[in-house]
Amino acid sequence: MTGRSMAQKHAAPAPELPRFRAPIVFGLLLLLFGVLVGRSLYLQWIDNAFLQEQGSSRYSREIEVPAHRGRVVDRAGEPLAISTPVKSIWAFAGQVDATPEKLALLAQALETTPRALAEKLEGANDFVFLAKQVPPEVAGRVAALKIKGVHDQNEYRRFYPAGEMASHIVGFTGDHDVGQEGMELAQQEWLGGKPGSRRVIIDRRGDVVEDVESIRSPQAGRDLALAIDARLQYLAFRELKAAVEANRAKAGGLVILDARTGEILALANWPTYNPNARNKVGREKMRNRALTDVFEPGSTLKPFTIAAALESGAVRPDTVIQTAPGSLTIGPNTIHDAHPNGALTVEQVIQKSSNVGAAKIALSLPSATMWHMLSETGFGAAPNTGFPGEVGGRLRPAKSWKPIEQATIAYGHGISVNLVQLARAYTVFANEGQLKPATLFKGGDAVAGRPVMRASTALAVRHMLELAVLPGGTAPKAQVPGYRVAGKTGTAHKLEGRGYTNKYVSSFVGFAPASAPRLIVAVMIDEPSTGVHYGGDVAAPVFSAVMGSALRTLGALPDAPGDNVILPDEAAAIREET
Amino acid sequence: MVRLNLMLLAVLVLCALSLVTSRHQARKLFVELEREQARTHAYETEFGQLQLEQSTWAMPVRVEKIAREQLKMQIPGPRRIEVIPGEVPR
Repeated sequence: MTGRSMAQKHAAPAPELPRFRAPIVFGLLLLLFGVLVGRSLYLQWIDNAFLQEQGSSRYSREIEVPAHRGRVVDRAGEPLAISTPVKSIWAFAGQVDATPEKLALLAQALETTPRALAEKLEGANDFVFLAKQVPPEVAGRVAALKIKGVHDQNEYRRFYPAGEMASHIVGFTGDHDVGQEGMELAQQEWLGGKPGSRRVIIDRRGDVVEDVESIRSPQAGRDLALAIDARLQYLAFRELKAAVEANRAKAGGLVILDARTGEILALANWPTYNPNARNKVGREKMRNRALTDVFEPGSTLKPFTIAAALESGAVRPDTVIQTAPGSLTIGPNTIHDAHPNGALTVEQVIQKSSNVGAAKIALSLPSATMWHMLSETGFGAAPNTGFPGEVGGRLRPAKSWKPIEQATIAYGHGISVNLVQLARAYTVFANEGQLKPATLFKGGDAVAGRPVMRASTALAVRHMLELAVLPGGTAPKAQVPGYRVAGKTGTAHKLEGRGYTNKYVSSFVGFAPASAPRLIVAVMIDEPSTGVHYGGDVAAPVFSAVMGSALRTLGALPDAPGDNVILPDEAAAIREET
Repeated sequence: MVRLNLMLLAVLVLCALSLVTSRHQARKLFVELEREQARTHAYETEFGQLQLEQSTWAMPVRVEKIAREQLKMQIPGPRRIEVIPGEVPR
């Protein structure tokens, strides 16, 4: 009651409003409206990148599409390394929502125990791989279980069909499909693809609902063809392994070169490892000894000394050198022949592998002449095969040579080489004086060689090398049925610390068929320890077995048909040292 | 004026509809592309596995073992090889 009367009392004519009130309110409202418009313009036009991104991140995601890595194949296209798609199964530990029965099924699909699986899923909210790189079938079984929070992703896994046989050349890749060793490392650029990406729409849990667009399609890597011939690689590996085991040796290496092009057709090392399962493999086994380790070659270097002498005209193949009494004293040092000979022709110095003979011939030459020949045939410089970490060995400049050094270098001491380098140097004798480049890549047919000596010199040395494998030479065991063979043994004392030890490196380098060389095979056996250590007994049989099988495999025309192998009695065999 | 506006409106509606259809087409084609790519991927997988399988079957170790043991083959001795002289076909 009183309220109404009060209201009535105040319902007097409205007082006059201040004159500016309406425009002020109107202005304020307009200003606020302007702020709103400005803000919305700002959001819409100026700051929209951030908002767009935030918005799309709520429902879409860019996912990486892995690219296929190129294959590594041999010269005939046989795969040496292949990537095949696999899947990795992952989950956020705290977000897996499944019944124990389903988890048991999951464990079964992943070939693990439910307990091991439960342990992986225990963490709070951590990303865990439940299984890495499983075959697509396994991933399919896991996906069929439809467990929330368990995802898979596409990856590639690298397989090496040749396994331990070719592991040193091919190498392997690491976790992210990046090359770590061998050609996989050296040719990463070529083999590796560029991963692509695409946009997908996802739901609240992060599962892909729909593919929207492809942003960048992945670019596959290219295939790499090596010069390796898988068949020869197998032969080389098989024989090398047998020889290292039979001689209880520490290590070994074997290289097959195409005599005409210098391509590396096979390169085997022992010890080796399996690149498909290399969890606990030491660095020691991964070393490609034939390219990254050097050794003193011993007598396999003598042909180059003789070639230098023939080339300079200091001697002729029938020049007689007195090697009696089987030792030669130079200053405070004396060098020995393992078995003293009398007067030998230059040919016989190679055939019987006389150190004294080789040293005397070397000392009749200026040191620069000898150095020039060794340097021209590729010693002292890395062979440039395209393999990472290859070494060149040591060849000191001629100016610093003392006479004793010149004498020992003549028979392969005081110089160090790697096996590929040594095999490559022999291309000179197989190609009428032309040095061919050694390469791991499959190349054309006619590779230009570099002329290093006269054809007549090369052919004369080739003849001497043929004598060395015949009865009366140091390596009759290197003979190959059906083919004429030329080659040279080496039995070098190993240098350890400051002096030479009674440990040996037995080697053999040779080529066949001698009438038109197809292959060069170099064998090196490190520390044979069954009491036999001569190159003619340890390395020559390996050479013979590999060369024989390899020539047959390639279908090389025999140049000495019939039963041409004549082995002398054990007692009459010629031995050499160094 | 009204007629022009109506005509423009009709054009607008047409454009909007065609945008919708072309968007839809694009989506459909993309899905198809994706499907084909998935198939390529599957074939790639299979090809890789077949290559691996082939190289496993053709391993020289295995071939040699079968030749020697099952087929009783052997490498002929030098006396059993006869070389017929003549031109080597190239």
